[in-house]
Amino acid sequence: MVEIAQYSDTVMDHFMNPRNVGEIESADGVGEVGNPVCGDMMTFYIDVDEDERIKDVKFKTFGCGAAIAVSSMVSEMAMGKTLDEALQISRGDVAEQLGGLPENKMHCSNLGADALHKAIEDYKSKKAVKEG
Amino acid sequence: MPEVYLDHYAATAALPEVVEEMKPYFSEKFGNPSSLHGWGDDARKAVEEARARVAALINAEPGEVIFTSGGTEANNLAVKGIAWAARKKGNHVVVSAVEHFSVLHAARTLEKFGMEVTEVPVDSYGMVDPESIKEAITSDTVLVSVMTANGEIGTIQPVQEIAAAAAEKGVGFHTDAVAAAGYIPLDVKTMGADAVSIASDLLYGPKGVGALWVRKGRRLMALLDGGVQEGGRRGGTENVPGIVGMGKAAELAARDLETRAEYLRGMSSELLKWLPESIPRLSVTGHMEKRLPWNASFVVEFIEGEGMLLFLDQKGIAVSSGSACTSRALKGSHVLTACSIPAEIAQGSLLFSFGLDNKPEDVDYVIETLPPIVERLRQMSPLYDKFLKQGGG
Repeated sequence: MVEIAQYSDTVMDHFMNPRNVGEIESADGVGEVGNPVCGDMMTFYIDVDEDERIKDVKFKTFGCGAAIAVSSMVSEMAMGKTLDEALQISRGDVAEQLGGLPENKMHCSNLGADALHKAIEDYKSKKAVKEG
Repeated sequence: MPEVYLDHYAATAALPEVVEEMKPYFSEKFGNPSSLHGWGDDARKAVEEARARVAALINAEPGEVIFTSGGTEANNLAVKGIAWAARKKGNHVVVSAVEHFSVLHAARTLEKFGMEVTEVPVDSYGMVDPESIKEAITSDTVLVSVMTANGEIGTIQPVQEIAAAAAEKGVGFHTDAVAAAGYIPLDVKTMGADAVSIASDLLYGPKGVGALWVRKGRRLMALLDGGVQEGGRRGGTENVPGIVGMGKAAELAARDLETRAEYLRGMSSELLKWLPESIPRLSVTGHMEKRLPWNASFVVEFIEGEGMLLFLDQKGIAVSSGSACTSRALKGSHVLTACSIPAEIAQGSLLFSFGLDNKPEDVDYVIETLPPIVERLRQMSPLYDKFLKQGGG
Protein backbone atom coordinates (compact mmCIF):
# COMPACT_ATOMS: atom_id res chain seq x y z
CA MET A 1 0.00 0.00 0.00
CA VAL A 2 1.15 3.51 -0.64
CA GLU A 3 2.11 6.08 1.92
CA ILE A 4 -0.78 8.41 1.54
CA ALA A 5 -0.36 12.01 2.64
CA GLN A 6 3.03 11.04 4.08
CA TYR A 7 1.57 9.45 7.19
CA SER A 8 3.92 7.44 9.38
CA ASP A 9 3.23 3.77 10.12
CA THR A 10 2.15 4.76 13.63
CA VAL A 11 -0.34 7.29 12.27
CA MET A 12 -1.74 4.69 9.86
CA ASP A 13 -1.97 2.12 12.67
CA HIS A 14 -3.88 4.51 14.94
CA PHE A 15 -6.09 5.56 12.04
CA MET A 16 -6.89 2.00 10.93
CA ASN A 17 -7.26 0.65 14.50
CA PRO A 18 -8.13 3.58 16.70
CA ARG A 19 -8.01 2.93 20.44
CA ASN A 20 -10.76 4.05 22.82
CA VAL A 21 -13.33 5.17 20.25
CA GLY A 22 -16.70 5.81 21.81
CA GLU A 23 -18.57 7.75 24.38
CA ILE A 24 -18.86 7.54 28.18
CA GLU A 25 -22.43 7.89 29.41
CA SER A 26 -22.57 10.63 32.08
CA ALA A 27 -18.82 11.11 31.91
CA ASP A 28 -17.02 13.05 34.64
CA GLY A 29 -15.68 15.45 32.06
CA VAL A 30 -16.44 16.21 28.38
CA GLY A 31 -14.35 18.40 26.06
CA GLU A 32 -15.23 19.39 22.51
CA VAL A 33 -12.93 21.32 20.15
CA GLY A 34 -12.85 22.32 16.51
CA ASN A 35 -15.77 22.76 14.21
CA PRO A 36 -16.99 20.76 11.25
CA VAL A 37 -16.78 23.72 8.88
CA CYS A 38 -12.98 23.80 9.09
CA GLY A 39 -12.90 20.05 8.79
CA ASP A 40 -12.03 18.69 12.21
CA MET A 41 -14.02 18.21 15.36
CA MET A 42 -13.20 16.10 18.42
CA THR A 43 -15.08 15.19 21.57
CA PHE A 44 -13.25 13.64 24.53
CA TYR A 45 -14.91 11.93 27.51
CA ILE A 46 -13.09 11.14 30.76
CA ASP A 47 -13.88 9.33 33.97
CA VAL A 48 -11.74 10.22 36.98
CA ASP A 49 -11.12 8.16 40.13
CA GLU A 50 -10.77 9.41 43.72
CA ASP A 51 -6.99 9.88 43.30
CA GLU A 52 -7.64 12.29 40.42
CA ARG A 53 -6.45 9.74 37.92
CA ILE A 54 -8.03 9.22 34.50
CA LYS A 55 -9.53 5.76 34.77
CA ASP A 56 -11.30 5.82 31.44
CA VAL A 57 -11.10 7.92 28.32
CA LYS A 58 -13.10 7.77 25.08
CA PHE A 59 -13.34 9.97 22.04
CA LYS A 60 -15.30 10.68 18.86
CA THR A 61 -13.71 12.50 15.95
CA PHE A 62 -14.87 14.01 12.67
CA GLY A 63 -11.87 14.68 10.50
CA CYS A 64 -9.06 13.36 8.37
CA GLY A 65 -6.84 10.36 9.05
CA ALA A 66 -4.44 12.50 11.08
CA ALA A 67 -7.23 13.84 13.28
CA ILE A 68 -8.42 10.32 14.08
CA ALA A 69 -4.88 9.07 14.75
CA VAL A 70 -4.16 12.07 17.00
CA SER A 71 -7.32 11.41 19.04
CA SER A 72 -6.46 7.75 19.43
CA MET A 73 -2.89 8.53 20.51
CA VAL A 74 -4.02 11.16 23.02
CA SER A 75 -6.51 8.72 24.54
CA GLU A 76 -3.75 6.15 24.94
CA MET A 77 -1.35 8.69 26.45
CA ALA A 78 -3.95 9.99 28.92
CA MET A 79 -5.20 6.64 30.19
CA GLY A 80 -4.15 6.08 33.83
CA LYS A 81 -2.43 9.43 34.17
CA THR A 82 -3.18 11.91 36.96
CA LEU A 83 -5.01 15.05 35.82
CA ASP A 84 -1.86 17.11 36.35
CA GLU A 85 0.16 14.69 34.24
CA ALA A 86 -2.51 14.65 31.54
CA LEU A 87 -2.53 18.45 31.43
CA GLN A 88 1.17 18.27 30.57
CA ILE A 89 0.48 16.36 27.33
CA SER A 90 1.19 18.86 24.55
CA ARG A 91 0.41 18.88 20.84
CA GLY A 92 4.12 18.44 20.19
CA ASP A 93 4.27 15.31 22.39
CA VAL A 94 1.38 13.79 20.49
CA ALA A 95 2.93 14.45 17.09
CA GLU A 96 6.22 13.04 18.34
CA GLN A 97 4.60 9.85 19.67
CA LEU A 98 2.93 9.42 16.28
CA GLY A 99 6.29 9.53 14.54
CA GLY A 100 5.56 12.99 13.16
CA LEU A 101 2.65 14.54 11.24
CA PRO A 102 2.70 16.17 7.81
CA GLU A 103 3.46 19.88 8.19
CA ASN A 104 0.08 21.01 6.85
CA LYS A 105 -1.74 18.80 9.39
CA MET A 106 0.14 20.05 12.46
CA HIS A 107 -2.40 22.75 13.24
CA CYS A 108 -5.86 21.82 12.07
CA SER A 109 -5.78 18.13 12.92
CA ASN A 110 -3.64 18.16 16.03
CA LEU A 111 -6.42 19.15 18.42
CA GLY A 112 -6.56 16.01 20.55
CA ALA A 113 -4.56 17.39 23.48
CA ASP A 114 -6.76 20.50 23.52
CA ALA A 115 -9.91 18.37 23.65
CA LEU A 116 -8.46 16.30 26.49
CA HIS A 117 -7.50 19.43 28.44
CA LYS A 118 -11.00 20.79 27.92
CA ALA A 119 -12.50 17.59 29.31
CA ILE A 120 -10.26 17.94 32.38
CA GLU A 121 -11.32 21.57 32.85
CA ASP A 122 -14.93 20.48 32.50
CA TYR A 123 -14.40 17.86 35.22
CA LYS A 124 -12.75 20.45 37.49
CA SER A 125 -15.45 23.05 37.05
CA LYS A 126 -18.20 20.46 37.65
CA LYS A 127 -16.38 19.36 40.80
CA ALA A 128 -15.99 22.96 41.97
CA VAL A 129 -19.73 23.47 41.54
CA LYS A 130 -20.45 20.28 43.49
CA GLU A 131 -18.09 21.24 46.32
CA GLY A 132 -18.92 24.93 46.17
CA MET B 1 -7.27 -8.02 -3.75
CA PRO B 2 -8.89 -6.27 -6.73
CA GLU B 3 -7.23 -3.11 -7.99
CA VAL B 4 -9.89 -0.63 -8.99
CA TYR B 5 -8.65 2.67 -10.33
CA LEU B 6 -11.47 5.21 -10.32
CA ASP B 7 -9.46 8.42 -10.49
CA HIS B 8 -9.27 9.02 -14.24
CA TYR B 9 -9.98 12.72 -13.78
CA ALA B 10 -6.55 12.89 -12.10
CA ALA B 11 -4.74 10.76 -14.64
CA THR B 12 -5.37 8.20 -17.38
CA ALA B 13 -2.99 5.54 -18.64
CA ALA B 14 -1.65 6.37 -22.09
CA LEU B 15 -3.01 3.79 -24.55
CA PRO B 16 -0.49 1.39 -26.13
CA GLU B 17 -1.25 2.79 -29.63
CA VAL B 18 -0.50 6.26 -28.31
CA VAL B 19 2.83 5.26 -26.79
CA GLU B 20 3.79 3.36 -29.98
CA GLU B 21 3.11 6.40 -32.08
CA MET B 22 5.22 8.60 -29.78
CA LYS B 23 8.24 6.32 -29.58
CA PRO B 24 10.13 7.30 -32.77
CA TYR B 25 9.98 10.97 -31.82
CA PHE B 26 12.32 10.68 -28.86
CA SER B 27 15.56 9.38 -30.37
CA GLU B 28 14.97 8.52 -34.00
CA LYS B 29 12.91 11.36 -35.45
CA PHE B 30 14.18 13.80 -32.86
CA GLY B 31 14.36 16.84 -35.13
CA ASN B 32 13.18 20.35 -34.41
CA PRO B 33 10.06 21.24 -36.42
CA SER B 34 11.56 24.65 -37.20
CA SER B 35 14.67 23.19 -38.87
CA LEU B 36 15.04 23.26 -42.62
CA HIS B 37 16.27 19.75 -43.26
CA GLY B 38 15.01 16.20 -43.27
CA TRP B 39 14.99 15.79 -39.51
CA GLY B 40 13.05 19.02 -39.15
CA ASP B 41 10.65 17.95 -41.90
CA ASP B 42 9.83 14.68 -40.17
CA ALA B 43 9.08 16.43 -36.91
CA ARG B 44 7.08 19.20 -38.58
CA LYS B 45 4.94 16.75 -40.53
CA ALA B 46 4.24 14.80 -37.34
CA VAL B 47 3.20 17.95 -35.48
CA GLU B 48 0.93 19.03 -38.35
CA GLU B 49 -0.68 15.62 -38.57
CA ALA B 50 -1.33 15.74 -34.83
CA ARG B 51 -2.80 19.22 -35.21
CA ALA B 52 -5.24 17.95 -37.83
CA ARG B 53 -6.26 15.05 -35.57
CA VAL B 54 -6.81 17.31 -32.57
CA ALA B 55 -8.76 19.77 -34.73
CA ALA B 56 -10.96 16.93 -35.99
CA LEU B 57 -12.01 16.06 -32.43
CA ILE B 58 -13.79 19.41 -32.20
CA ASN B 59 -14.48 19.88 -35.94
CA ALA B 60 -12.06 22.81 -36.15
CA GLU B 61 -9.61 24.00 -38.78
CA PRO B 62 -6.11 22.67 -38.02
CA GLY B 63 -4.58 26.13 -38.50
CA GLU B 64 -6.59 27.39 -35.54
CA VAL B 65 -5.17 24.91 -33.02
CA ILE B 66 -2.30 25.98 -30.75
CA PHE B 67 -0.44 23.29 -28.83
CA THR B 68 0.33 24.07 -25.20
CA SER B 69 1.83 22.32 -22.19
CA GLY B 70 -1.61 21.16 -21.02
CA GLY B 71 -5.10 22.26 -20.10
CA THR B 72 -3.80 24.73 -17.54
CA GLU B 73 -1.71 26.60 -20.09
CA ALA B 74 -4.52 26.48 -22.65
CA ASN B 75 -6.89 28.10 -20.13
CA ASN B 76 -4.32 30.69 -19.08
CA LEU B 77 -3.60 31.53 -22.71
CA ALA B 78 -7.30 31.90 -23.49
CA VAL B 79 -8.27 33.99 -20.48
CA LYS B 80 -5.20 36.21 -20.17
CA GLY B 81 -4.37 36.21 -23.87
CA ILE B 82 -7.81 37.17 -25.19
CA ALA B 83 -8.63 39.65 -22.39
CA TRP B 84 -5.28 41.36 -22.55
CA ALA B 85 -5.30 41.64 -26.34
CA ALA B 86 -8.72 43.34 -26.08
CA ARG B 87 -7.98 45.59 -23.10
CA LYS B 88 -8.28 48.78 -25.17
CA LYS B 89 -11.89 47.82 -25.91
CA GLY B 90 -12.78 47.10 -22.32
CA ASN B 91 -11.49 45.76 -19.02
CA HIS B 92 -14.15 43.35 -17.82
CA VAL B 93 -14.16 39.54 -17.81
CA VAL B 94 -17.02 37.20 -16.85
CA VAL B 95 -16.36 33.69 -15.52
CA SER B 96 -18.49 31.15 -13.68
CA ALA B 97 -17.92 30.27 -10.04
CA VAL B 98 -17.23 26.61 -10.87
CA GLU B 99 -14.39 27.14 -13.33
CA HIS B 100 -11.16 25.22 -12.93
CA PHE B 101 -8.48 27.16 -11.02
CA SER B 102 -6.55 27.67 -14.25
CA VAL B 103 -9.42 29.91 -15.38
CA LEU B 104 -10.39 31.41 -11.99
CA HIS B 105 -6.84 32.21 -10.93
CA ALA B 106 -5.95 33.51 -14.40
CA ALA B 107 -8.92 35.89 -14.03
CA ARG B 108 -7.65 36.95 -10.60
CA THR B 109 -4.28 37.76 -12.12
CA LEU B 110 -6.06 40.01 -14.62
CA GLU B 111 -7.66 41.74 -11.62
CA LYS B 112 -4.21 42.44 -10.20
CA PHE B 113 -3.42 44.18 -13.47
CA GLY B 114 -6.47 46.39 -13.15
CA MET B 115 -9.14 44.45 -15.02
CA GLU B 116 -12.50 43.67 -13.46
CA VAL B 117 -13.87 40.17 -13.04
CA THR B 118 -17.44 39.02 -12.40
CA GLU B 119 -17.92 35.49 -11.07
CA VAL B 120 -21.37 34.31 -12.07
CA PRO B 121 -22.96 31.97 -9.50
CA VAL B 122 -24.42 28.55 -10.29
CA ASP B 123 -27.49 26.68 -9.04
CA SER B 124 -27.31 23.72 -6.67
CA TYR B 125 -26.52 21.40 -9.61
CA GLY B 126 -23.54 23.58 -10.56
CA MET B 127 -25.40 24.85 -13.64
CA VAL B 128 -24.83 28.33 -15.05
CA ASP B 129 -27.94 30.21 -16.15
CA PRO B 130 -27.29 31.85 -19.56
CA GLU B 131 -29.54 34.73 -18.41
CA SER B 132 -27.12 35.52 -15.59
CA ILE B 133 -24.29 35.68 -18.12
CA LYS B 134 -26.32 38.17 -20.14
CA GLU B 135 -26.89 40.25 -17.02
CA ALA B 136 -23.21 40.15 -16.08
CA ILE B 137 -22.03 41.44 -19.46
CA THR B 138 -21.44 45.20 -19.55
CA SER B 139 -20.26 47.51 -22.31
CA ASP B 140 -16.77 46.94 -20.89
CA THR B 141 -16.82 43.14 -21.17
CA VAL B 142 -14.23 41.61 -23.49
CA LEU B 143 -14.43 37.92 -22.54
CA VAL B 144 -16.81 35.35 -21.09
CA SER B 145 -15.30 32.04 -19.97
CA VAL B 146 -17.57 29.17 -18.91
CA MET B 147 -16.49 25.55 -18.95
CA THR B 148 -18.15 22.98 -21.20
CA ALA B 149 -18.55 20.61 -18.25
CA ASN B 150 -17.26 20.42 -14.71
CA GLY B 151 -15.05 17.47 -13.90
CA GLU B 152 -15.67 17.50 -10.15
CA ILE B 153 -19.44 17.19 -10.33
CA GLY B 154 -19.94 16.23 -13.97
CA THR B 155 -22.45 18.98 -14.80
CA ILE B 156 -22.59 19.87 -18.49
CA GLN B 157 -23.17 23.58 -19.04
CA PRO B 158 -25.52 25.05 -21.65
CA VAL B 159 -22.52 26.39 -23.60
CA GLN B 160 -24.43 27.01 -26.80
CA GLU B 161 -26.85 29.35 -25.05
CA ILE B 162 -24.02 31.01 -23.16
CA ALA B 163 -22.06 31.46 -26.40
CA ALA B 164 -25.16 32.99 -27.98
CA ALA B 165 -25.55 35.36 -25.03
CA ALA B 166 -21.93 36.48 -25.43
CA ALA B 167 -22.20 36.78 -29.21
CA GLU B 168 -25.36 38.88 -28.92
CA LYS B 169 -23.32 41.46 -27.04
CA GLY B 170 -20.28 41.05 -29.30
CA VAL B 171 -18.16 39.54 -26.52
CA GLY B 172 -15.57 36.77 -26.98
CA PHE B 173 -16.44 33.39 -25.48
CA HIS B 174 -13.97 30.80 -24.24
CA THR B 175 -14.90 27.37 -22.94
CA ASP B 176 -12.67 25.00 -20.98
CA ALA B 177 -13.53 21.63 -22.51
CA VAL B 178 -10.78 19.68 -20.74
CA ALA B 179 -13.21 17.45 -18.84
CA ALA B 180 -15.65 17.13 -21.74
CA ALA B 181 -13.65 16.73 -24.96
CA GLY B 182 -13.72 13.15 -26.16
CA TYR B 183 -16.72 12.32 -23.96
CA ILE B 184 -19.45 14.50 -25.41
CA PRO B 185 -19.58 15.58 -29.08
CA LEU B 186 -18.10 19.04 -29.57
CA ASP B 187 -18.30 21.03 -32.76
CA VAL B 188 -16.77 24.50 -32.78
CA LYS B 189 -18.77 25.28 -35.93
CA THR B 190 -22.07 25.03 -34.08
CA MET B 191 -21.20 25.78 -30.46
CA GLY B 192 -20.46 29.43 -31.11
CA ALA B 193 -17.28 29.65 -29.04
CA ASP B 194 -14.22 31.69 -29.92
CA ALA B 195 -11.76 29.55 -27.99
CA VAL B 196 -11.81 25.98 -26.62
CA SER B 197 -9.26 24.35 -24.29
CA ILE B 198 -8.51 20.63 -24.34
CA ALA B 199 -5.90 18.42 -22.70
CA SER B 200 -4.27 15.17 -23.69
CA ASP B 201 -4.07 13.51 -20.31
CA LEU B 202 -7.83 12.96 -19.92
CA LEU B 203 -7.89 11.28 -23.33
CA TYR B 204 -5.44 8.45 -22.62
CA GLY B 205 -2.64 10.54 -24.07
CA PRO B 206 0.54 11.73 -22.38
CA LYS B 207 0.62 14.38 -19.64
CA GLY B 208 2.07 17.80 -20.33
CA VAL B 209 0.27 18.44 -23.64
CA GLY B 210 -2.88 20.36 -24.38
CA ALA B 211 -4.32 22.58 -27.04
CA LEU B 212 -6.22 25.79 -27.40
CA TRP B 213 -8.42 26.28 -30.40
CA VAL B 214 -8.88 29.95 -31.23
CA ARG B 215 -11.23 31.15 -33.94
CA LYS B 216 -9.43 32.76 -36.83
CA GLY B 217 -9.28 36.54 -36.48
CA ARG B 218 -9.65 36.50 -32.69
CA ARG B 219 -6.76 38.49 -31.24
CA LEU B 220 -4.61 36.77 -28.69
CA MET B 221 -1.61 37.93 -26.72
CA ALA B 222 1.06 35.26 -26.34
CA LEU B 223 2.01 34.24 -22.80
CA LEU B 224 5.29 32.67 -23.84
CA ASP B 225 7.34 34.98 -26.00
CA GLY B 226 10.01 33.37 -28.09
CA GLY B 227 10.20 32.13 -31.64
CA VAL B 228 7.39 32.02 -34.13
CA GLN B 229 6.26 28.51 -33.25
CA GLU B 230 2.50 28.02 -33.22
CA GLY B 231 2.04 31.09 -35.41
CA GLY B 232 3.87 33.27 -32.89
CA ARG B 233 1.19 32.62 -30.31
CA ARG B 234 3.24 30.20 -28.23
CA GLY B 235 7.02 30.38 -28.37
CA GLY B 236 9.30 27.48 -27.56
CA THR B 237 10.37 24.34 -29.37
CA GLU B 238 7.40 22.02 -29.69
CA ASN B 239 7.05 18.97 -27.43
CA VAL B 240 7.02 16.73 -30.50
CA PRO B 241 6.53 13.30 -28.85
CA GLY B 242 3.84 14.70 -26.56
CA ILE B 243 2.04 16.42 -29.42
CA VAL B 244 2.18 13.23 -31.50
CA GLY B 245 0.75 11.34 -28.52
CA MET B 246 -2.05 13.84 -28.09
CA GLY B 247 -2.80 13.62 -31.80
CA LYS B 248 -3.20 9.85 -31.62
CA ALA B 249 -5.21 10.08 -28.40
CA ALA B 250 -7.52 12.65 -30.01
CA GLU B 251 -7.95 10.51 -33.11
CA LEU B 252 -8.97 7.49 -31.02
CA ALA B 253 -11.20 9.64 -28.82
CA ALA B 254 -13.02 10.98 -31.89
CA ARG B 255 -13.33 7.53 -33.47
CA ASP B 256 -14.61 5.85 -30.30
CA LEU B 257 -16.47 8.74 -28.69
CA GLU B 258 -19.90 7.14 -28.73
CA THR B 259 -18.86 3.66 -27.65
CA ARG B 260 -16.64 5.06 -24.90
CA ALA B 261 -19.35 7.38 -23.64
CA GLU B 262 -21.90 4.58 -23.61
CA TYR B 263 -19.54 2.19 -21.81
CA LEU B 264 -18.60 4.77 -19.16
CA ARG B 265 -22.17 5.96 -18.74
CA GLY B 266 -23.26 2.37 -18.07
CA MET B 267 -20.91 2.06 -15.10
CA SER B 268 -21.27 5.56 -13.67
CA SER B 269 -25.06 5.49 -13.83
CA GLU B 270 -25.10 2.18 -11.93
CA LEU B 271 -23.00 3.73 -9.19
CA LEU B 272 -25.10 6.91 -9.18
CA LYS B 273 -28.19 4.78 -8.81
CA TRP B 274 -27.05 2.20 -6.27
CA LEU B 275 -24.72 4.05 -3.93
CA PRO B 276 -27.49 6.31 -2.56
CA GLU B 277 -29.59 3.14 -2.06
CA SER B 278 -26.80 1.45 -0.11
CA ILE B 279 -25.76 4.33 2.13
CA PRO B 280 -28.22 6.59 3.93
CA ARG B 281 -27.48 10.33 4.00
CA LEU B 282 -25.35 10.11 0.87
CA SER B 283 -26.28 12.34 -2.04
CA VAL B 284 -25.25 12.82 -5.63
CA THR B 285 -23.57 16.12 -6.48
CA GLY B 286 -24.02 17.79 -9.85
CA HIS B 287 -26.78 17.35 -12.40
CA MET B 288 -28.37 13.91 -12.84
CA GLU B 289 -29.11 14.11 -16.58
CA LYS B 290 -26.80 16.78 -17.93
CA ARG B 291 -23.75 14.93 -16.76
CA LEU B 292 -20.40 13.75 -18.13
CA PRO B 293 -20.52 10.01 -18.80
CA TRP B 294 -17.47 9.21 -16.66
CA ASN B 295 -18.42 11.16 -13.54
CA ALA B 296 -20.05 9.85 -10.36
CA SER B 297 -19.68 12.31 -7.49
CA PHE B 298 -21.23 12.28 -4.06
CA VAL B 299 -21.19 13.78 -0.60
CA VAL B 300 -21.43 11.52 2.44
CA GLU B 301 -22.73 13.21 5.56
CA PHE B 302 -21.06 13.19 9.01
CA ILE B 303 -17.64 12.00 7.85
CA GLU B 304 -14.65 13.44 6.07
CA GLY B 305 -13.27 12.45 2.66
CA GLU B 306 -9.68 11.61 3.50
CA GLY B 307 -10.65 8.87 5.94
CA MET B 308 -12.76 7.23 3.22
CA LEU B 309 -9.90 7.56 0.70
CA LEU B 310 -7.44 5.89 3.09
CA PHE B 311 -9.76 2.96 3.84
CA LEU B 312 -10.72 2.58 0.17
CA ASP B 313 -7.04 2.54 -0.77
CA GLN B 314 -6.54 -0.31 1.68
CA LYS B 315 -9.17 -2.19 -0.33
CA GLY B 316 -7.49 -1.37 -3.63
CA ILE B 317 -9.94 1.34 -4.70
CA ALA B 318 -8.44 4.65 -5.85
CA VAL B 319 -10.73 7.70 -5.83
CA SER B 320 -10.47 11.37 -4.93
CA SER B 321 -12.29 13.90 -2.78
CA GLY B 322 -12.90 17.63 -2.73
CA SER B 323 -12.66 17.81 1.06
CA ALA B 324 -10.45 20.42 2.69
CA CYS B 325 -8.30 17.77 4.35
CA THR B 326 -7.43 16.08 1.09
CA SER B 327 -6.33 19.30 -0.63
CA ARG B 328 -2.80 20.45 -0.11
CA ALA B 329 -4.05 23.95 0.59
CA LEU B 330 -6.52 22.49 3.14
CA LYS B 331 -9.37 24.32 1.43
CA GLY B 332 -12.68 22.72 0.60
CA SER B 333 -13.80 22.48 -3.02
CA HIS B 334 -14.89 25.85 -4.44
CA VAL B 335 -17.18 23.90 -6.78
CA LEU B 336 -19.16 22.28 -3.96
CA THR B 337 -19.27 25.62 -2.14
CA ALA B 338 -20.64 27.28 -5.30
CA CYS B 339 -23.37 24.59 -5.38
CA SER B 340 -24.41 25.82 -1.90
CA ILE B 341 -23.40 22.56 -0.23
CA PRO B 342 -22.71 23.34 3.47
CA ALA B 343 -19.01 23.19 4.34
CA GLU B 344 -19.32 20.28 6.79
CA ILE B 345 -21.17 18.20 4.19
CA ALA B 346 -18.71 19.10 1.44
CA GLN B 347 -16.04 17.57 3.71
CA GLY B 348 -17.54 14.19 2.88
CA SER B 349 -17.01 14.58 -0.87
CA LEU B 350 -16.13 11.57 -3.05
CA LEU B 351 -15.36 11.64 -6.76
CA PHE B 352 -15.36 8.45 -8.82
CA SER B 353 -14.05 9.07 -12.33
CA PHE B 354 -14.51 6.06 -14.58
CA GLY B 355 -12.20 5.06 -17.39
CA LEU B 356 -11.84 2.55 -20.20
CA ASP B 357 -9.91 0.13 -17.98
CA ASN B 358 -12.86 -0.20 -15.56
CA LYS B 359 -15.22 -3.18 -15.65
CA PRO B 360 -18.86 -3.31 -14.62
CA GLU B 361 -17.76 -5.52 -11.66
CA ASP B 362 -15.81 -2.56 -10.31
CA VAL B 363 -19.12 -0.89 -9.52
CA ASP B 364 -20.25 -3.94 -7.53
CA TYR B 365 -16.97 -3.97 -5.64
CA VAL B 366 -17.40 -0.31 -4.68
CA ILE B 367 -21.00 -0.83 -3.64
CA GLU B 368 -19.94 -3.74 -1.44
CA THR B 369 -16.81 -2.07 -0.03
CA LEU B 370 -17.88 1.48 0.74
CA PRO B 371 -20.85 1.03 3.12
CA PRO B 372 -18.87 -0.67 5.94
CA ILE B 373 -16.16 2.01 5.61
CA VAL B 374 -18.74 4.77 5.92
CA GLU B 375 -20.34 2.99 8.87
CA ARG B 376 -16.98 2.60 10.60
CA LEU B 377 -16.10 6.28 10.21
CA ARG B 378 -19.59 7.33 11.29
CA GLN B 379 -19.23 5.28 14.46
CA MET B 380 -16.27 7.54 15.27
CA SER B 381 -18.02 10.77 14.32
CA PRO B 382 -19.44 13.17 16.91
CA LEU B 383 -21.61 14.67 14.17
CA TYR B 384 -23.27 11.31 13.55
CA ASP B 385 -23.84 10.98 17.29
CA LYS B 386 -25.62 14.30 17.38
CA PHE B 387 -27.69 13.35 14.35
CA LEU B 388 -28.79 10.07 15.96
CA LYS B 389 -29.59 11.79 19.26
CA GLN B 390 -31.72 14.30 17.43
CA GLY B 391 -33.82 11.39 16.26
CA GLY B 392 -32.33 10.95 12.80
CA GLY B 393 -31.56 7.65 11.18
